Order: sequence, then structure tokens, then C-alpha cells
Amino acid sequence: MTSPILSIDRLTKTYGSGFKALNGVSLDIRDGEILALLGPNGAGKTTLISTICGIVQPTSGRVTVAGHDTVRDYKAARRLIGLVPQEIALEPFEKVITTVRFSRGLFGKPRDDAFIEKILRQLSLWDKRDARVRELSGGMKRRVLIAKALSHEPRVLFLDEPTAGVDVELRRDMWQVVEQLKADGVTIILTTHYLEEAEAIADRVGVINKGEILLIEETQALMKRMGQKEMRIELTEPVSEVPGVLSGYGLRLEAGGCRVVYTYDRQAERTGIGRLLRDMQDADLHVSDVETRQSSLEEIFVGLVAEDAGEARP
Amino acid sequence: MNLTAIAAIYRFEMGRTFRTIAQSIISPVLSTALYFIVFGTAIGSRIEQVEGVSYGAFIVPGLIMLTVLTQSLSNASFGIYFPKFIGTIYELLSAPASFLEITAGYVLAAATKALAIGLIILGTAFFFVDLTIAHPVWMLAFLVLTCLSFSLFGFIIGIWAQNFEQLQLIPLLAVTPLVFLGGAFYSITMLPPAWQTISLFNPVVYLISGFRWSFFGLADVALGWSVLAICGFTMACIAVIAWIFRTGWRLRS
Ligand SMILES: Nc1ncnc2c1ncn2[C@@H]1O[C@H](COP(=O)(O)OP(=O)(O)OP(=O)(O)O)[C@@H](O)[C@H]1O
Ligand SMILES: [Mg+2]
Repeated sequence: MTSPILSIDRLTKTYGSGFKALNGVSLDIRDGEILALLGPNGAGKTTLISTICGIVQPTSGRVTVAGHDTVRDYKAARRLIGLVPQEIALEPFEKVITTVRFSRGLFGKPRDDAFIEKILRQLSLWDKRDARVRELSGGMKRRVLIAKALSHEPRVLFLDEPTAGVDVELRRDMWQVVEQLKADGVTIILTTHYLEEAEAIADRVGVINKGEILLIEETQALMKRMGQKEMRIELTEPVSEVPGVLSGYGLRLEAGGCRVVYTYDRQAERTGIGRLLRDMQDADLHVSDVETRQSSLEEIFVGLVAEDAGEARP
Repeated sequence: MNLTAIAAIYRFEMGRTFRTIAQSIISPVLSTALYFIVFGTAIGSRIEQVEGVSYGAFIVPGLIMLTVLTQSLSNASFGIYFPKFIGTIYELLSAPASFLEITAGYVLAAATKALAIGLIILGTAFFFVDLTIAHPVWMLAFLVLTCLSFSLFGFIIGIWAQNFEQLQLIPLLAVTPLVFLGGAFYSITMLPPAWQTISLFNPVVYLISGFRWSFFGLADVALGWSVLAICGFTMACIAVIAWIFRTGWRLRS
């Protein structure tokens, strides 16, 4: 494993109001990966990104980008970072191409019209290059923000809810852009409320709530967990323990012995359901009802957040 | 040094100026022409001469200062207030640019515009009065320094202001009265002694006095004090801006 491109170490942020928005966040981001940060409103996603990028001052902790400290060595660190903010903020009277050129210059890169053209084409903005920003639609404005963030060829790109308020088609376009960037070797950290989005494009998923990272896991591993299904078998009469003949199934007893829960892989060739039911009949367990359910990423997410809030898990 | 960043900000700000070139220039030139007509012609016909200089010519340095001061303040304060207001400040804060570089970009642009307008007004003045400039180099030096220092001051106001009212407050409440009372239209030697002493606490007196000296070779206060005052003011503004960027006051939460 190569060293992480971005390393966050026990980062905390307490706002002037006394509100603790980040509560010791530690996170390593791998070079070239796409990380999706999921979290409810007010979880601290934007605060985390803003603190890394220099818009919010950290209270304690440390962040390095390719080894450069974002406070002490801020110039070297920031040169590597592109930021697409959550809120659309653009000079309304400027031309699209002027604001994108401005961003490149601001980040210390010499003018390169060919590169700017490439980005604008990639984001389907080339036709609009001479339009004033205020004449653009919301989705176009968001793409202008992306163009600005990419104008200085960053190695790490932060996308704070890039697809909020964007229609389905444009969202897919956006995903394509993200894939393309990944292919070019850009590391991408995006925040989103859509689990579908995280599943579709992220290599890893992080869940944040109340300023703490609750989970960070490979999307595939999460999907696998998601692929697990549960069969709940209600019994007519409770049993005190799983009969010995059924020990190979990894069954779990619930509801005071009235329910047997069997976990299986939906995608497996043999789910073992038929055999289990036969074996149960042989063991004299009478089934009154059967229900199967799937634990979705959504559920994992909601469960984590609820757990964090101190509520009992359903 | 991220010179590219300075140039990018400067060019972007000058672009804004050129987009609104008509209103940028017409209104200050028009209001100055009005001053010439009202003060120079109407009052000048009564006063005629101040210390051997025709009144019409005497008020030229003061008029230029008045315009240059207000222009520097409003350009620079608006220049940095606007990104705060519309949210594009995020980009400046996340850029690999130091406080010096960001300030330089905005302040140089604001000062350039104020300087250009000051020179245009000087040009206009030649149409109204007979004017000779005794120390042209000093004149330019004073003009440039004034544009720079008051652009710096305007930059601070723009960061401090949290709404449009506050943005107007200091120029309106402090600067305009200080300029009017600073001898723009009279020599403070024309005042009663008590008021002369009070005037010496008005920093603008030193500016206008020094600037007028570069035209006519006569000054209300010694030239050295004028130079010292403007350099001191510039330094103070830079120190405040350095502190603002270090602490993130009104910029970073
Ligand atoms: N400038 C600020 N001053 C005080 N509190 C703030 C400030 N900015 C954010 N907060 C608080 O910090 C918490 C985290 O906010 P943040 O914007 O990081 O959430 P988020 O995860 O991005 O939410 P969303 O999904 O709604 O964008 C919120 O409770 C918010 O009210
Ligand atoms: Mg947010």
C-alpha cells in the first residue's frame, strides 16, 4: 500500500458559537480512490472539507496532503486541491471562460487555453464559454464550479454534494466525469445524501454523523453485506435451543425461541433454504410463517446513525 | 511568491472596471467639473487668490485628492466585499496565495483605477484653469501613495463590513468630512488659530498640504510631516491586514 494522498489526524473543529462540528476525525485517503462521505444534514461533511481546504480554521488536529501540512505548508498543500463547494457561488456578470481562467491563475498556474478548452468540453460547457454566468441554468453553474476546481489540475478533488438539485440525466453525466477524472488519476472525495450514488461510483464509503466517522469500508464489502439476506421463520411453538441436527446452518433464535433466523447469500448457487425447511420438518419444528428481508446500505446507514444517537436499534 | 495569483486577481478586477468603464469615469469627472464651476468660478470670483495662486488653481489638488480618496476607498472595499457577499471568497481562502498576494491583487487594481481617474481629473482641470506643476515627480509620488494607502484602508473596510450600510459608513461618516475639513477648498492658514490647531489632528490635512506643495511649492504643514504621515498610514494599514489574514478575522470561521 502506498502512502495516503490525504491524511487527516484527530481533526476537531469547534465553531465560535461553541458548537463542536468535528469531533476527532481521523481518515486516510488513498491515492486515486473515490471516497463517498455519507451523513445526515449537519453531520459535519462540509465542515470537514472546509477545514481541509483552508476556509475554516481547525481547532486541533492535523491534515497533510501528499505530505504537506495544510496549515504550515499551506501553499504546497492547496496547490494539489480542487474544491467544488456545496453552495453555488459565482461572479454573476463574468463570462464562463474568464472565471475559469481566473481560478487557474489564482492557483499559480500559467495560462493554458488548450487545457481550459479541454475541461470546458469535458463538462459540456464549451458552447457556453462566452455566456455570462447569470445566464446559465443551475446545473450549468454547478459544472462551471467543477471547471474552476479542475482548472489548476488538482490531484485531489472535493465535491460537496455535486449532484444536489441535478436531474437524473445530468447526474449520470456527472458520474461519468468523475469516472473520467479517476481514470486520469485524480483522487475524489464527494459528499452525498444518495446511497445509490455512493454505491455507483465510490471505491469506499464513509459514514459521518455528529462530527465523527462511524464507518469506513470498501463499497464492495458493504455491497456484499448488503447481498446477505435473512430468512425469518416463525415457529408455532417456541424452542429453547436449536436442535443438534440443524447446527450446521448457523441459525439464530429470536423472540423467545419463537423465531429462527437464517442468514444466507442471495447470490449463492445454493441458498440451502429448501434443505433447511426439510430438515426443520424432520426435527419436528412447525413453521407458521416465513419472511425474507435484505439489509440495504440505507439500513446499515440509518442503523449506524440511530445507534449513534443512542436509540435502540430496531 | 505566487505572482500569477496577483496577476490573476488584478486582471479580473480590472476587467470589472473596464466592463463599467463609462460609469467608472463619467461620474467622478462630472462631479469634479461641477466643483470647478461652483467653487472655482462662483466663489473664485470673490476670493481670487490664495497665497499668490488663483483660487481656481488652488482647489485643483484638493479636488483630485477628494476624488482619489473616495475612489480608492470604494473600489477596494467593494472589491473584497463583493466576493464575501456572493460567496466566491471560498476560492480566495482555499487558494495557495498568501495574505500579501491576495491584498496586492485587490489593492493594486483599486489603486490603478483611482490613479487613472485622478489623472483624468487633472487633465480636465487644465480646461478650466491655468495650472503649472512645480514638482511633477513629487506630485505623482503623492498621488500613487495616496491611492495605495487608501486602497489598503478600503480593503480593510471591505473585510470589516457585514452589510452594504457598513460598507458606506466609514467613507460617508469619516472620510468625506475629513477631506472637506482638510483644506481641500481652503488653506488652513485662513482659519482662526484654534481651528488651525484642531486641523492638525486631521490626517487628510497632511495629504492635501503635501500634494498642494507639489503643485505650487506652498504648504500648510512641513513637507516632511506629509511624507511621514502618508507612509505611517500605509504601514498601519498593512499591519492591520496582516493581522486580519493571520487570525482570519471576518474571513474564516
Ligand atoms: N460558521 C458556522 N458557525 C457555527 N456553526 C456552524 C457553522 N457552519 C456550520 N455549523 C454547524 O456545524 C454543523 C455541521 O455543519 P456542516 O455544514 O458541516 O454539515 P453537513 O454535513 O455539510 O450538512 P449538509 O448535509 O446539510 O450539507 C451544523 O450543525 C452546523 O449548524
Ligand atoms: Mg454540507
